[in-house]
Amino acid sequence: MAVKNEALARIANPETKVFWEAAARGGLRLPKCTSCGRFHWYPRRICPHCGSTTIEMHAAKGTGEVYSYSIMRRAKVPYAIAYVRLTEGTTMMTNVVDCDFDDIQIGMPVKLVFRDSPEGYPLPMFTKA
Amino acid sequence: MSIKGRAYIAGAYEHPTRKAPDSSLAQLHAEVALGALADAGLTLRDVDGYFCAGDAPGMGPMSMVDYLNLKVRHVDATDTGGTSYLIHVSHAAQAIAAGKCDVALVTLAGRPRSEGQATGTAVRPLNPNQPDTAFESPFGPALANMYGMVARRHMHEFGTTSEQLAWIKVAASHHAQYNPHAMLRDVVTVEDVLNSPMIADPLHRLDCCVISDGGGAVVVVRPEIARSLKRPLVKVIGAGESVKGQLGGDVDLTYTGAASSGAAAFEEAGVKPSDIQYASIYDSFTITVLVQLEDLGFCAKGQGGRFVADGNLISGVGKLPFNTDGGGLCNNHPANRGGMTKIIEAVRQLRGEAHPKVQVRDCRLALAQGTGGSLGTRHANATLILERE
Repeated sequence: MAVKNEALARIANPETKVFWEAAARGGLRLPKCTSCGRFHWYPRRICPHCGSTTIEMHAAKGTGEVYSYSIMRRAKVPYAIAYVRLTEGTTMMTNVVDCDFDDIQIGMPVKLVFRDSPEGYPLPMFTKA
Repeated sequence: MSIKGRAYIAGAYEHPTRKAPDSSLAQLHAEVALGALADAGLTLRDVDGYFCAGDAPGMGPMSMVDYLNLKVRHVDATDTGGTSYLIHVSHAAQAIAAGKCDVALVTLAGRPRSEGQATGTAVRPLNPNQPDTAFESPFGPALANMYGMVARRHMHEFGTTSEQLAWIKVAASHHAQYNPHAMLRDVVTVEDVLNSPMIADPLHRLDCCVISDGGGAVVVVRPEIARSLKRPLVKVIGAGESVKGQLGGDVDLTYTGAASSGAAAFEEAGVKPSDIQYASIYDSFTITVLVQLEDLGFCAKGQGGRFVADGNLISGVGKLPFNTDGGGLCNNHPANRGGMTKIIEAVRQLRGEAHPKVQVRDCRLALAQGTGGSLGTRHANATLILERE
């Protein structure tokens, strides 16, 4: 656990600690503004849609679809980066994993999986639903 | 207050080097400064305003002001990546109009080639204090795959093809063959682009700009000074700038901040896209050109693929000659920032000093368009409209 805390310290700041702690427990939390009712991404304490500071973290459904993607062929191990539009309506950058790169398409339904980074912090990624 | 007609670009200089292992960064900035001042017929002693961005060594403008021993009364180190220098020209015009300086020097230089930077494929480092990077860097965003996502979405929404994107590189290569300083002077075909290695789908190696050392500078002056010099009069008549990001999670990769920077510049200049005779369009990747052409209004949104195809961007062949120096795709992308060279080639065209094979006849109205940062995440755009008086 101590190692994991060190890993989290490398990625979290005081504003985003709550997100990464939830991620360490295997949950994707999405910030939602109680004033305008909208989700946003990436997580902030101040709503980018209306400026309100009344943000609550909600458990994500963990589903969405690929908005766009690109396969980095020049990397030592090629990988698929993507924007996934979540069912809640907000769009996050992520990786599409555990599927054939040739199967990935815009509009493809995806579901949440967690993977640890090489440094040991948990990352929300997606795979074909 | 409008800047229309309040300032002129009196000096412009592009460093001839494309690889400078034996030069220092400060030296390159100084060499382009001297080059642009000599071009204008001015000296370092005439400079009272200095503009630079994050490529300059040291903190903001201070190291270069000290190195050149300038006596300045106005400085601006706005850094919006590759488009900074277009914004500097606009800010210099504002400062001149407000009486804050008379002769503004803008410099850019860098040595990414000598330093061996893998510019397009390197992932940005994670910094927890930068609010976005913790939610992006772990997934491997580099420049090539971020622009790859822009291209992929454009293809999905509008049917744009890799062949159409390739025409942008083909046009740039037709121009670069006449530029003795260009890194890549061979004319290429659509097939050459499609057969080059895939970097980040759907972008091939030849969809990407070069990595080069070098730099450039411009000198912006008040009208009375411009008229006292012996150079053709290139007047700043419109400018716009913008920053666009992920819109709080409403990510939309189909348009750029050029939509608003362009609209502002055209309104200030009092001209429309069909009036423009030559356009310098930021070309970090082929898709960068295509989306900005749409956003500037040279064609309707989604029609960029058809607009660039069949040589429409080739000088003497198509309707909109672009990047007649070969652009970032073939000529030069010093410091990984292509904005300065966009201004310089527009000035050459307006002066009638472009290569005769690519010179637009009686070129009186030109546009320069810049992008900084990443169109896939957050970026700045700037538009300049310049007129030969």
